[in-house]
Amino acid sequence: MMRFPLLLAVLLATSGHAATIAITGGTVLTAVAETSIANGTVIIRDGRIVAVGAGLPVPAGATVIDATGKFVTPGLITAMSTLGIVEVEGVRQTNDASARTTPFSAAIDVAPAINPMSSTIAIERQGGVTRAVVGPEISNEIFGGQGAIISLAATGDIVMARRAFQFIELGEDGARAAGGSRPAAWLNLRNGFAEAQRFARNPAAFDSGRDKDSLIKRLDAEALVPVVDGRVPAVVHVERASDIAAVLGLRAEFPKLRIILLGAREGWLVADKIVAAKVPVITLSLFDLPDAFETLASTRSNVGRLVAAGVTVGFGIFGGNSGAQPRNLPYFAGNAVAQAAVPGGVGLTRGQALAAITAAPAQIFGMTDLGTLEAGKRGDVVVWDGDPLELTSAPMAVLIDGVAQPMTSRQLQLRDRYRDLTPGALPKAYSK
Amino acid sequence: MRNITLFALLLLAGCATTASKKPETASSKPGDIVSIPSDPWPSTYKPYPGVTTVIQNATVYDGTGKVFSPGAVRLENGKIAEIGASVAVPAGATVIDGTGKFVTPGIIDIHSHLGDYPSPGVDALSDGNEATSPARPEVWAEHSVWPQDAGFARALAGGVTAFHVLPGSANLFGGRGTTLKTVYGRSVQDMKFPGAPYSLKMACGENPKRVYGSRNQMPQTRMGNIAYARQTWADATEYKRKWDDYTRKAKAGTAKPTDAPRRDLAKDTLMGVLNGEILIQNHCYRADEMTNMIAMAREFGYKITAFHHAVESYKIADILAKEGICSAMWADWYGFKMESYDGIRENIALVDQAGACAIVHSDDADGIQRLNQEAAKAMAAGNRMGLGITPEHAMIWLTLNPAKGLGIADRTGSLEPGKMGDVVLWNASPFSVYARPERVWIDGALMYDWADARRRPMADFELGQPGAGDPK
Repeated sequence: MMRFPLLLAVLLATSGHAATIAITGGTVLTAVAETSIANGTVIIRDGRIVAVGAGLPVPAGATVIDATGKFVTPGLITAMSTLGIVEVEGVRQTNDASARTTPFSAAIDVAPAINPMSSTIAIERQGGVTRAVVGPEISNEIFGGQGAIISLAATGDIVMARRAFQFIELGEDGARAAGGSRPAAWLNLRNGFAEAQRFARNPAAFDSGRDKDSLIKRLDAEALVPVVDGRVPAVVHVERASDIAAVLGLRAEFPKLRIILLGAREGWLVADKIVAAKVPVITLSLFDLPDAFETLASTRSNVGRLVAAGVTVGFGIFGGNSGAQPRNLPYFAGNAVAQAAVPGGVGLTRGQALAAITAAPAQIFGMTDLGTLEAGKRGDVVVWDGDPLELTSAPMAVLIDGVAQPMTSRQLQLRDRYRDLTPGALPKAYSK
Repeated sequence: MRNITLFALLLLAGCATTASKKPETASSKPGDIVSIPSDPWPSTYKPYPGVTTVIQNATVYDGTGKVFSPGAVRLENGKIAEIGASVAVPAGATVIDGTGKFVTPGIIDIHSHLGDYPSPGVDALSDGNEATSPARPEVWAEHSVWPQDAGFARALAGGVTAFHVLPGSANLFGGRGTTLKTVYGRSVQDMKFPGAPYSLKMACGENPKRVYGSRNQMPQTRMGNIAYARQTWADATEYKRKWDDYTRKAKAGTAKPTDAPRRDLAKDTLMGVLNGEILIQNHCYRADEMTNMIAMAREFGYKITAFHHAVESYKIADILAKEGICSAMWADWYGFKMESYDGIRENIALVDQAGACAIVHSDDADGIQRLNQEAAKAMAAGNRMGLGITPEHAMIWLTLNPAKGLGIADRTGSLEPGKMGDVVLWNASPFSVYARPERVWIDGALMYDWADARRRPMADFELGQPGAGDPK
């Protein structure tokens, strides 16, 4: 019984086409408010969810995944990551997140660098992650460049959206990149936006009368045009309450700017301003150390307080320690729930916590057909062997666009090679 | 004993400068034997007062692999007085109903840099790596500890009652590590776990060769790492020989105090290892490098207590079991550097399965707050491959095994009568993501209570800052 769905999933993946799938008998958590459907059925046809409900009849000819006693959720979406552009962080040949000596900044586009064969994609997919926002990191400028949105599917073109957002560092990191101070960083920002506006007015005349040492290259200015005019959102990393307020204040100058805050550890101190600005936040639930002067008010209640105030909060992986991996998104979500039990703490409900790793990232980045289990959405579904937010639970099946994904990874192969250390007839290098 | 002899020597030296007429003695008396002080920075930690406390009707994991459900624990005079399905309730004892709750020993982190890399992480407080020579066994992590690190409060709120502060891994020989209680003090000595042995942090692999290789200094390669370390041990062996020779002669009355070898603080530490008094905590990721470290230890006659990070221990778990070397590991960190590329989630469980000593460690101010959750992840990964690990068994990775790795298992690390009253009361199973410590006792004193702001410490640094007083 335990093995059946897994085996089936592998078979489906091997067969390589979607057709009709019915996931039956499980507790279906749709990521729409607190919806939990006992004995729920999710029906997927040609890669899309066509029906979700309690005990729905299985369509004739459908492949059935028996999820009795299991939990069913939307595929997880990480609202930030370096999936596909970093294989080994510390090995620079495999790290395409930032370029230390490039003359370019805002024009950088991660999409062509994304490697669907990166081992991390299979590893993280096994944790139930089906989509990822992929962002660059800054080097010597406050503009990090343009991020993408990818699918973690094992086959096909995984890049779903290129140039999906511009990444901007302000706060302490931005100050460092800009030469050493926040005022310098803000000047870089205004210069970049002003140059973008000048470029937009007259691209042909852009170079005339321009300092050849300008901080912003033609391509950078061009890349900032859709940011200033609101077609492409700006993901802005700031932590300190005053920095957040300053970023929100940019709208007075650049009214079309679409801001997404990243980090925002002191967001709870200015939650009312964030709500009023209708700006979403990408962060994580476990920041609680004053590990910088810009994060003095860090608390695990930040997420709960922001959500309670009405802010859309999605969880994404950026910075942090090496345990901050997309496959650990449920751990961050579960801990956000736990925070509610602490006297004086503010946490999330289970529904809110699940949404933070599914529906909210989709909403923040305009993935309108992802993030929840509802008719019409893409068939990204995960079947879990227990409460999806629990540390001891794991996916038994992962579907992307209705296609069951292979549940294998380099890590599992290593495990299986070394699970028995009894000397064999040949060295371990011969066991595949 | 050793301190007394040194003190006597200092007095003599003082006399020699102030009373210049005093004639030098030709022969040594037994009291004149020069020795190296073993504990010049002694612990000044004093347990805070506690009351006799009984927690009953709880699920109790004792840290040795046993579970009592229902279970009860009594703390008395700072110690674990009794554990069992039920315990005696003395008149006047504080009685806590643990129905639906869990009791465990205090968690012990064998690998922390709290205090050395404190919050805030500014350059002015960054004191974890004396990266000025590949061998710096003379530096002691405790001398970098800032007692006002807010991280101590967070670790305590995560159920950590003792932790080992290590120097970083830039050097082959990083310096001495020290075990602290998670109790704020005005000095590091106020926090020191009384009588805990020192460790020497060693490192193999990428870090030393990168740090020094990038300066075009030795070591630049892994072979350079080994060669440099072997020469260091060879020099330490010679130093030890001189001291042993001097001590033997001094005891026989044939050596004067002035015959004592010149003190070398670096070699003092190394000699302490060779004498079995200082434990080796060895940062090492790759299986093959761990075997190189084992060979080097055998060559120079010292013992490796634990490999740290040890992401490839699963490849040599049988060897580690045979050698009696612990592995201090993360649950799932992988791929952040080349030598961590083969990290797998089953590492801890596979090491345990092979009969080797498995420890969950943090190396991180964030991770130290939820070591129980890392153990849960590791347990689950092992169980998915059919290893059948129980929570009460996995608890050993968090308490008794790290205590063993720090040489303090006779005093803490399990809920056995007579041990320190280091106890955590959890609101749910500590292997659940929804669990948090409600209360933490150290030496029988209630040092953390999630519901009582007066029992939640706050570092000086946090006073008056935004968010101060938040339960965090």
